[in-house]
Amino acid sequence: MSDAEIIPIGTSGRPGRGSGKTRPSSAARRLAPKPASRPARKPEAATRTQAPTAAPPAAAAERVDAPSTPPARPATTTSERHPLAGIPVGDWLAALQSAAMEVFGDQWERRLAELMAFWRRRLEGDYVVDEYGFDAEITERFFMAALRPIATKWFRVEVRGIENIPATGGALVVSNHSGTIPLDALMTMVAVHDNSGRFLRALGADLVFKLPVVSGLARKAGTTLACNEDAERMLAGGELVGVWPEGFKGIGKPFTERYKLQRFGRGGFVSAALRTGVPIVPLSVVGAEEIYPLVGNIPALARLLGVPYIPITPFFPLLGPLGLVPLPSKWLLEFGEPIRTDAYDAVEADDPMLVFNVTDQVRETIQQTLYTLLRQRESVFR
Amino acid sequence: MGRVVLVTGISRDLGRRFARVAAADPSIDRVIGVDVVPPRGDIGEVSFVRADIRNPVIAKVIAKEDVDTVVHMSVIATPGTAGGRNTMKELNVLGTMQLLAACQKAESVRQLVVKSTTTVYGASPRDPAMFTEEMGPKQLPSSGYAKDVNEVEGYVRGFARRRPDVTVTTVRAANVIGPHVVSPITSYFRLPVIPRVLGFDPRLQFLHEDDLLGVLKHSVLTERAGTFNVAGDGILMLSQAIRRLSKPSVTLPRFAVGRLGSALRSARVAEFSPEQLGFLTHGRGVDTTRMRTMLGFEPRFTTAEAFADFGVSMGVPLPARPAPPRLGQHPTGEQKGTVRV
Repeated sequence: MSDAEIIPIGTSGRPGRGSGKTRPSSAARRLAPKPASRPARKPEAATRTQAPTAAPPAAAAERVDAPSTPPARPATTTSERHPLAGIPVGDWLAALQSAAMEVFGDQWERRLAELMAFWRRRLEGDYVVDEYGFDAEITERFFMAALRPIATKWFRVEVRGIENIPATGGALVVSNHSGTIPLDALMTMVAVHDNSGRFLRALGADLVFKLPVVSGLARKAGTTLACNEDAERMLAGGELVGVWPEGFKGIGKPFTERYKLQRFGRGGFVSAALRTGVPIVPLSVVGAEEIYPLVGNIPALARLLGVPYIPITPFFPLLGPLGLVPLPSKWLLEFGEPIRTDAYDAVEADDPMLVFNVTDQVRETIQQTLYTLLRQRESVFR
Repeated sequence: MGRVVLVTGISRDLGRRFARVAAADPSIDRVIGVDVVPPRGDIGEVSFVRADIRNPVIAKVIAKEDVDTVVHMSVIATPGTAGGRNTMKELNVLGTMQLLAACQKAESVRQLVVKSTTTVYGASPRDPAMFTEEMGPKQLPSSGYAKDVNEVEGYVRGFARRRPDVTVTTVRAANVIGPHVVSPITSYFRLPVIPRVLGFDPRLQFLHEDDLLGVLKHSVLTERAGTFNVAGDGILMLSQAIRRLSKPSVTLPRFAVGRLGSALRSARVAEFSPEQLGFLTHGRGVDTTRMRTMLGFEPRFTTAEAFADFGVSMGVPLPARPAPPRLGQHPTGEQKGTVRV
């Protein structure tokens, strides 16, 4: 960019660019140098270059004599862009082609065809969903794409121990739950998909399926109800299932209790894993506790609305919608070593002692990993 | 000696067509159709007996004709032309009670096939993704068709206990759909603009009308006892189904859809049943493993194919979908052209 072109101001007495006037404006004429031969010479050149393509040489010769009167030059330009002449098809195609190449890159033809096919499939309903209503295409191309910047840019999610997720077959990822709004589940889904290439099928509370909009999206993204029937069905089907056994006790706990695991329910997830013989992968998430520090609750309003809690954070009701922006904490996700359950018999899933023991083992693993990660973390935001 | 089959609810299209299919089978000697009003279409070799299953006359028919198989198809989803809700309940529940009482007395009866529906599972946000036959509804329905069906199934179970020598087959059919079916769900999809519940996208499962006739005939012939979910393979989301019909839809809050439904019902535009609102909000899926393994029945149409066949009957030129599209398979430009043709 060393040799920048110097563009002089003004039109040197010629008609203004794009003004379409045949005569230069009075201001332009006053600006122009005294010998007014230049405006007369210029149209000559213009007609001479364009004449051979447009008209036979005889006609061109006639026009060469004409320039003594100024209107001759604009006449050629107007005839050239006659409103009905339009733009040649070839130019259109070339322009579209270069635009497509600009947008889609070198493989634009293929990419454009893919995009068109995608939209056609979506608009005609020509796609398949599985029995839980999971729409892999829209999840991969829309939900994941929308959440990925939040995971990588906002929370800077760092994933450790992804090799503990089996490449194939059923497995149950058990995670701590925090953050007032279950963003940790969404981020885990993105992190698992991006790092292992598998879809994490979440088990959601029944509130998820009661709420409009959320319910429709959750099913499409592969979530199903957290009940034994569904968990066992999914695990037996060889899916990678994610569960947050703390539930609302976990995400709705006050900020003072951060990183203290709550009760792990009745251990239903363990009996589901025992019945299907799939490994349990403990997952510890650090960073999600700080996104919305929960300092208060409005239980009366929560009861009225039928939700577990109405959160008060330092910013939420105070700053209005701006308070909904999560704090940009740094997240660490560590997948622990899988706890194998295939050594047990399916009938042992009904043994409450064994179920509680395995539940405690999973809970302890997650709690200890949380402490280790917290020690390693430099600060909340870095 | 061939078999004698008694079919109830023959005045309705599906009942009449099943009776004809059964009559065409060589192993079945006679088919007797019973209903309060005569069937409207051609019943072929089926003999029609005008009898009300709500009174004991039905016992005489069974005894006189030496019936050995009873196919109960007259549980109705909407009052329709029958009258109000009271008439509907009387037809469904009292009719079933009388029929079962008559069957219990008749020594000749050795098989009972009941056409039930997956509506017994209800539809709620706490439902599992796929219902198996052992599961029940999360909330017992308090009124309407769902309650009737629950009661009918209860009486059928009681009958099975009292007559252990009778093979009782309960067929829980998913929403039956097809070119000739007139039901709440088909009239819903026939609306020019389809109302949807805001923020919910239910999962739907369909059974093609031919498959319903097929499974009933199959159960009459194979005589397997038990309760079986019957549905086409696969799931369609409501949004997907509407797009496949290329119809406009309007999303309304749940209460507004309910209001609209009752308005349409009273205007006789569509038979919109109250249970349908729950179904169109939360959807339902049933597991059909037992249908394959124990009943040994394989539906000819998947859910998507059944729905496409229904769409064709509405004049929607649905493109042929020989194989479901797979992820990662991207048609190139030329292939797209051929598909369009």
